[in-house]
Amino acid sequence: MIAELGLALLWIAASLACLSLVAGTLFLRGGPKDLAALVRPASVAQGVLTAAAFGLLIALFVRSDMSVDLVARNSNSLKPMIFKIAGTWGNHEGSMLLWLMILSLSGALIALFEKRLREDTLVATLTAQAALSLGFFAFLLFSSNPFKRLPVAPPDGQGLNPLLQDIGLAFHPPTLYVGYVGLSVAFSFAVGALITREIGPAFARAMRPWVLGSWIFLTLGITAGSYWAYYELGWGGWWFWDPVENVSLVPWLAGAALLHSVAVTATRNALRAWTVMLAVIGFSMSMVGTFIVRSGLLTSVHSFAVDPERGTFLLVLMAIYIGGALTLFALRAGAVAEGKKFALLSREGALVINNLLLTTILALVLLGTLYPIVAEAMGEKISVGPPYYNRVAGPLALILCLVMVAGPLLSWRKDDGKRLWSRLPASAFAGAAVLFALILFGGAVGILPLLGMTVAAVVAVASLAPLWGRTLRRVPLPTWGMVVAHFGVAVCLAGMGAESAFIKERLVAAAPGETIRIADFSVKFVGVKPVAGPNYTAIEGSLIATTASGGRFTMKPEARTFPGLMGTAPTETNEAALLTRPGGQLYAVLGQPVPGDDGRADRYQIRLWWKPLVWWIWLGGGLIALGATLSLLGRAQLPAMWRARRHRKTQERFAP
Amino acid sequence: MKAKHQRLVLAVVALCGVVGAGVLAASALRDEAAYFRTPDEVAGGKAAVGEAMRLGGMVAKGSIVRQADGLTIRFVATDGKASVPVEYKGIVPDLFGEESGMVADGRMRADGTFVADRILAKHDERYMPPQMGDMPKDMKAAVKG
Repeated sequence: MIAELGLALLWIAASLACLSLVAGTLFLRGGPKDLAALVRPASVAQGVLTAAAFGLLIALFVRSDMSVDLVARNSNSLKPMIFKIAGTWGNHEGSMLLWLMILSLSGALIALFEKRLREDTLVATLTAQAALSLGFFAFLLFSSNPFKRLPVAPPDGQGLNPLLQDIGLAFHPPTLYVGYVGLSVAFSFAVGALITREIGPAFARAMRPWVLGSWIFLTLGITAGSYWAYYELGWGGWWFWDPVENVSLVPWLAGAALLHSVAVTATRNALRAWTVMLAVIGFSMSMVGTFIVRSGLLTSVHSFAVDPERGTFLLVLMAIYIGGALTLFALRAGAVAEGKKFALLSREGALVINNLLLTTILALVLLGTLYPIVAEAMGEKISVGPPYYNRVAGPLALILCLVMVAGPLLSWRKDDGKRLWSRLPASAFAGAAVLFALILFGGAVGILPLLGMTVAAVVAVASLAPLWGRTLRRVPLPTWGMVVAHFGVAVCLAGMGAESAFIKERLVAAAPGETIRIADFSVKFVGVKPVAGPNYTAIEGSLIATTASGGRFTMKPEARTFPGLMGTAPTETNEAALLTRPGGQLYAVLGQPVPGDDGRADRYQIRLWWKPLVWWIWLGGGLIALGATLSLLGRAQLPAMWRARRHRKTQERFAP
Repeated sequence: MKAKHQRLVLAVVALCGVVGAGVLAASALRDEAAYFRTPDEVAGGKAAVGEAMRLGGMVAKGSIVRQADGLTIRFVATDGKASVPVEYKGIVPDLFGEESGMVADGRMRADGTFVADRILAKHDERYMPPQMGDMPKDMKAAVKG
């Protein structure tokens, strides 16, 4: 019954989306006002029903109802409960339903809470949101029905890919999806504002919380995904420039550009057409990402077995939405009145450069990601890897960070160079000090890590400059947000630089009792023993790491084997052991047994890494998300009382 | 600065930026993109010594030889038409084995051996590393037949 009810709810929700689309369109073309009154409640109901359908799908996974095709293919009654629930979205159909639920709920939230926009712009926005969700409803119902029943229920299911059975990963896709789909709201606001020609501060202020909110989730999702890849894959890297990572980075870059340009539109009523354009690009990049990942164009752990029909369907949907929005933009861009003017050397000027650099990096990353696909279509198989990305994105990112040093110190409209210089000595000094220290004591450091750490020092000091000489209690929340986020960028950059410059690696075949020296550690390999987990067996290695100062720590890397379920092959994974110290992390992987002359395994392959400051990378990611959260809280209508009048002026001067 | 003048400056800066980025991307792609080669293409002389590339093929039966250091392995990658000796020092992925597909990043050494920095193996029926999707089927047939 549950599956049938879920499917029925989806059909009703889809009809409501259709109703919103028709009623909204008729109203906008001059129809009666009563039609507009339908759109809000229909959007809310659509959100509630889609969420209920998703809840029912979770219930099917929790009950391990193997008569449902999706559950049988992706779950197993022996799995721990948390992974049964996570299995709901660990597959193509379930993840598309999750996507659709977030899309519908976002529409419902706009309908319930958005009060600042003109009524017709709001209706146009909701209509655009309904049009988006209708397409994905069609995709789900016609080609990816998650509630499909099997004629005969198998005794048990095939289970979830063991690599995905990890608590961090259980929440990684929903987090990223909220970010991706949150950008759909910015997209719909842009389309709505283009339709009614209401492009100005009110539109920007309505859009801003959504941009900030989805960007927070994207930041957290990317940070968590990076950490997952770091400890779960056992390769010791934190970013591989894998196509799947890139397609999450691209909307993040668009979001970063958008949240800065929307600030200019909201505060200064400038860069209006550009903000609208970026809002369109942001969600387009989310869709491109989803398409690339899910269509099977690129195969990886993220791509579910997908047939070409689905890929074509998604491609057509994407072409309609992106093409439609761009056409609308082309038709109306001329009508967007010119914004307020500003000098090149001003906060707006710095933000324009920030936006140019971010979009350039976006384009270069996208180019590198799509190039192999294009080349393959022309009969040449190539792969574009880290050397390309480091070479193109690295220098641009460093320039971007330098602009970030100056931007917050400039005032809106116009500023003069002398005033800027007078505020920079401390940060310039910090950068010079780090640079000299690295050259004198750092040994052979690559040019990119060297500049990275130097720029990180400059940014770290400069990011705090907006707080100098102010009563900290009175600094408005959005300013705190900017300071924390920019400081987070510095922390992240320092971690990346230090890790790349000073990493130490040892790869040995060690017999029990042997000691391996790495950095300041002596690591003693005690031995291995078999252990059993809830649904796997493993060989667990035991290592004792001793620091120069006498600290003793036990590390237990594992090599796990998951039995094949219902005819699938067994799978093996490596669980790295991590030892976090103030100065970095020690990373241990247990490899394969090495047979001796008599054929018995007397040695084991062990790989050790010492990664200085590596955890700063994720700490920085967390700080960036925290900063964006503070900024969001400061702008929510909720703390209106905090925003006493005297703050309004400072806010205008220091808003990011 | 006049508004018009300023706009021009901004446009020129943006244009220079776009052109610069294009040149940067084109040169980086030319230098850094790695070709995906099969053993047959390598035998045909398509792979230059020292050039970063990606080699895909099946691990030939009985070809994996472990070296005395316990870390280095040598094996032969084949596509049924030609074969290339491969050397790799490190921990091989879990599902790496004889008569199964693999993709390796690395470069050719002057003696005709492919030195791999990283090896990816076919992981599971449903999840595979990039570019293995269409490869194993025909190669498996070629190797076994």
